[in-house]
Amino acid sequence: MTAGVRSTARITASDDGRGGTCLPVLDGEGSLALRRIRSTGPDARVMLVGAMSGPLGGDHMSVEAHATAGARLRIGSVAATIALPGQAKGEARYDVRLTVDDGAELHWLPEQLISACESDLRVTTRVELAPGARLVLREEQVLGRTAEEPGRLTSRLTVHRAGRPLLDQELACGPGAPGGWDGPAVLGGHRALGQLVVVKPEFEKDRPPPALLGENAALTPLAGPAVLVTALASDALRLRGTLDDALRRLA
Amino acid sequence: MTRAALLVLADGRFPAGGHAHSGGAEAAVKAGRITGAASLEEFCRGRLHTTGLVSASLAAAAALGLDPVSLDEAADARTPSPALRTAARRLGRQLMRAARAAWPHPELDALAQRFPKGSHQPVVLGLTARAAGLGPADAAYCSAYESVSGPATATVRLLSLDPFDATAGLARLADDIDRVATAAAEAAARAVTEGVDSLPAASAPLLEVGAEAHAAWAVRLFAS
Repeated sequence: MTAGVRSTARITASDDGRGGTCLPVLDGEGSLALRRIRSTGPDARVMLVGAMSGPLGGDHMSVEAHATAGARLRIGSVAATIALPGQAKGEARYDVRLTVDDGAELHWLPEQLISACESDLRVTTRVELAPGARLVLREEQVLGRTAEEPGRLTSRLTVHRAGRPLLDQELACGPGAPGGWDGPAVLGGHRALGQLVVVKPEFEKDRPPPALLGENAALTPLAGPAVLVTALASDALRLRGTLDDALRRLA
Repeated sequence: MTRAALLVLADGRFPAGGHAHSGGAEAAVKAGRITGAASLEEFCRGRLHTTGLVSASLAAAAALGLDPVSLDEAADARTPSPALRTAARRLGRQLMRAARAAWPHPELDALAQRFPKGSHQPVVLGLTARAAGLGPADAAYCSAYESVSGPATATVRLLSLDPFDATAGLARLADDIDRVATAAAEAAARAVTEGVDSLPAASAPLLEVGAEAHAAWAVRLFAS
């Protein structure tokens, strides 16, 4: 029996004073490596690189990113994250903490999270936004690899703006999740689900109206300057198509 | 405090306007996701453990005396669908009228004044329970049960389902309702020290998407 791996990635982005964004902090340890990639615009682009497989049971991964005033930061990942069962007992944890100051913009656009059979992962994503902050955040969950039963996955996404709650959503699915998770009120047999959150101060005056995006996705204006796209699909490819269309519509 | 107040509050005939809402069942019937007693029961089970748990926790927290304005904000953050936020506030306003007639209380007056268009229904329900001398667990039970009795009654009308089958389904959910109401009351007690943010936020994507589809229909039997 082994203890899980503890992995942390920390990113701080700042205005470099020359119209660009610098990265005074770019640290990855454990299974999370960070790479800055070339950007043609004023933003800094960072990719998360999974340096080990997992998270496995007992692992604890965390990402902390902070875009300070005026910075533009875009974070992606080079590959999907696959939650796998491990030798260590207990659930794995993946905590994401994003902070965006006034006049800063953060895009959090990682690849899918895949919940493999018999894995057990709890994800928390907490975003703290200043009143003048801008955010684009995408989360995609795929329940099981191809033709595989999903593992246990609980994912909570909390967005605060100016210290007040703007969005708080948790989804629990897989074996051992509360009853009805795959039924007609919750997932209805869909194996890919995603959320896209866009927050911008301009939405204070002019928020997009609610819209259906096909049969199993909707764009909903929140009770603040933000919209949420909720999408369900049979697979990851169709899900990404729906979210990409929505992102273009909101850009 | 009188226990019978709980029966008055939980009675489907309590004039709070709940009968006009299907809790997402009308959209699910139209989409072919509810086709009979078995799928209705599964729908109710999923609703109970998601929005039912969230509502019951908010109701228990309001009954416990947590700040109803913060709870209303927490309810907004847990309800991405504007159609569902509107429905929740409309139901809250209707419940408020009945509650102030039944159990006049200065805290109800204050909430009505703060939200003239209605606060979220679970918040009003919790405060109503408080005004009636009931406790957080009572409020949680009332809210958790409502989260399944509404869709069940609506589906009887929508599908001409045998009411005996629908009621048998509700009876089979009794253990789940116990668990959800207990978890909600515990979450409310924790929120006293950990804050309103710590309340459950379980979501049901198909209910959110279905509510937006339903709101766009020209003709419908239920308001939500």
